Amino acid sequence: MKKLVTLLLMALMVTGLHAQTKSELPNVTLKNLNGKDVNIAKLNNNGNPIVITFWATWCGPCIKEHNALNDVYQDWKDETGVKIYAVSIDDSRSTAKVKPTVEGKGWDFDVLLDVNSDLKRAMNVSNPPHTFLFDGNGKLVYQHTGYIEGGEEDLYEEILKVAKTKKKK
Amino acid sequence: MLALALTFGFRASAQSFLENSQVSGSFQTDAQYYMLDKGIDINDLKGKQLGINGFGKVNYTNGNFSAGMRFEAFLPEMNGFRSELNGVGLANFFATYDNGFIGMTVGDIYDQFGSGLVFRTYEEWSLGMDNALRGARVVLRPTQGVTLKAVYGRQRYFWAPYLERDFNTDDYRGIVRGFDADWDLNQSIPALNESQFKMSLGGSFVSKKQADQSSFYNIPENVSAAAARINLGYGNWAFSTEYAYKINDPSAINNFIYKEGRALLSSLSYSQKGFGAVLQVKRTDNMSFKSMYTGKQNDLDINFIPPINYTHTHSLPSMYTYSTQPNGEMAAQLQVNYTIPKGTALGGKYGTKLAFNMSQVNDIVRDSVAYGNQIGLNQPGTLGYTSKFFAVSDHRFFRDINFEVDKKISKDWHLTAQYINLYYDIETIEGHAGAPVVKANIGFMDVTYKINKKQSLRLELQGLWENEVHKGYEYDESEKKDYQKRGDWAAALLEYSINPHWSFSIADKWNYGNPVEEYRDHYFTGTVTYIHDATRVMLSAGRQSEGVVCVGGVCRTVPASSGVSLTVSTSF
Repeated sequence: MKKLVTLLLMALMVTGLHAQTKSELPNVTLKNLNGKDVNIAKLNNNGNPIVITFWATWCGPCIKEHNALNDVYQDWKDETGVKIYAVSIDDSRSTAKVKPTVEGKGWDFDVLLDVNSDLKRAMNVSNPPHTFLFDGNGKLVYQHTGYIEGGEEDLYEEILKVAKTKKKK
Repeated sequence: MLALALTFGFRASAQSFLENSQVSGSFQTDAQYYMLDKGIDINDLKGKQLGINGFGKVNYTNGNFSAGMRFEAFLPEMNGFRSELNGVGLANFFATYDNGFIGMTVGDIYDQFGSGLVFRTYEEWSLGMDNALRGARVVLRPTQGVTLKAVYGRQRYFWAPYLERDFNTDDYRGIVRGFDADWDLNQSIPALNESQFKMSLGGSFVSKKQADQSSFYNIPENVSAAAARINLGYGNWAFSTEYAYKINDPSAINNFIYKEGRALLSSLSYSQKGFGAVLQVKRTDNMSFKSMYTGKQNDLDINFIPPINYTHTHSLPSMYTYSTQPNGEMAAQLQVNYTIPKGTALGGKYGTKLAFNMSQVNDIVRDSVAYGNQIGLNQPGTLGYTSKFFAVSDHRFFRDINFEVDKKISKDWHLTAQYINLYYDIETIEGHAGAPVVKANIGFMDVTYKINKKQSLRLELQGLWENEVHKGYEYDESEKKDYQKRGDWAAALLEYSINPHWSFSIADKWNYGNPVEEYRDHYFTGTVTYIHDATRVMLSAGRQSEGVVCVGGVCRTVPASSGVSLTVSTSF
């Protein structure tokens, strides 16, 4: 009996460990700015955290948030290895403006186009900006809606909690 | 031992099934409590003291399988939303299996072919807009880079039942069928995988089958539309175009003419780090396509004609937002974004972001149909008119020229300023018959000051100066209502935010230059917002001016109101 209990416990631990590695990134395919398909469920940042932000060219607070994120992005990458995917929910009326806007503003994020709002629906985003943080295993650890000046600092604190490498400047 | 292994195996698989299950969802409630306000002419609430719009949605996913539903409640709907929304029910549900090769969905489908010129179903909560297709969809991806889609179903029409026609509400909805093929050469031809040259092609075919309920006109029972598109890219350049054609489709929107419809949408862009430019042109002619020929406004739209003008988000410029004219328009738009690099004289320490945008929309040219000029333009039951493809009418609907500077001045100060020159044919766009065109200069300034790591202040100042309306225009006493919101405006907003949770703002909009003296009102509002992770609570009190709320180019008019409103939203 003891053996059985141990076995079961071990099995639970194994499945438990398994549960920890399951990804919560939805199985939705979007295009990047070069027209390549990117499956969100397969995003992989070598075990480093992944941030997914939702924005649109017509959303003022989103532009502010992304300008602020862009200012600190290089430092964040150096210190934690984090990768930011900025998902544009612009529809056909403004899709053509996304790339010129991103380049014109000099943003360094990986930008994805959610023209049909598939990812927006799958991740239950009501209003942009909306930010999600996934740890290196694809587990959702933090999300935040809206942007208040300085909001990127809080996001960074959350990133530091799950980053596997923390190189201080 | 075998039993044990079996039990264990079952346990493990059941457990992994459960472990792979994910439930997520979101809730939102918007409520407005209305109050009488003689100052802005609200002398009667018309029996509505409270309006509540709410939804809750739940998604379940497990590997390749996902399903979801959305419950909606309008008890009753808030002012400015269509009264047909009044009610409670399960508005949307679906189940999908997608293994990458084949994807099948039954239930309510949101999808779009190309840029949507012949097919797009979507949902926009803030507009009360939902034209989901209830039926089935199959998506096939036979090889890398090739996607084939087929859809079949009936569209959502507020709360009308899907199973039988309800002739009491004039529900003549037809069935929508569509097919789309998309071929991305770069993904399907290995030699082109990493090429600088990009190319993809697509084509779609959509038809509706509707019953002819008219005793007056001979309504076609099958109406089809087709579109073809191409996207090209080379290095920093990108070009894309889509052309759509629809056979005769007499409807309430086009005044029951039997003309074909056409649309063309093209864009050319160039972008490199720090610089981006895009030029878009559009021509649409009689392209309203609805699954019910008696449909009005945005009801049961099968397609989507995107407006391509700049979308303003500040309160004064967004008072005059353009909405697409379904019966025809010629439009062009140019946008340039440039960042003056860091470390230069004008760029300063952080760089300076500049943006220029110009857009204009004119009518198409319509000529009498060939069989004798005695038939007037656009007569019901005729071919309506002929139209030269490249001819532009002198009738201008809209023009917007704007220039924006966005500058981080120091670690603590940030400035955004914009100048807008606007031309807005309010008679055509909002149907205010006889009202003179709005020609306005608009300016705004948005200054943010970071007090410390947690607190910040934001001040927004706006002015709108209308050029002609009050210079000697004699308004008719009976038309006075058309002059609500006209003339000069000033607006100010002060916001104090404490990161990450709180934000407090007070704002005033003042129509100080209205040609009608009694309309020179203040619209004062106070707002408190609390955000915790993915939960947002917003409470505001004050006056709301009459205006148009537009999202994604689709608009709804919001009547003036006074009272308290609350929004609570969360997602998990």
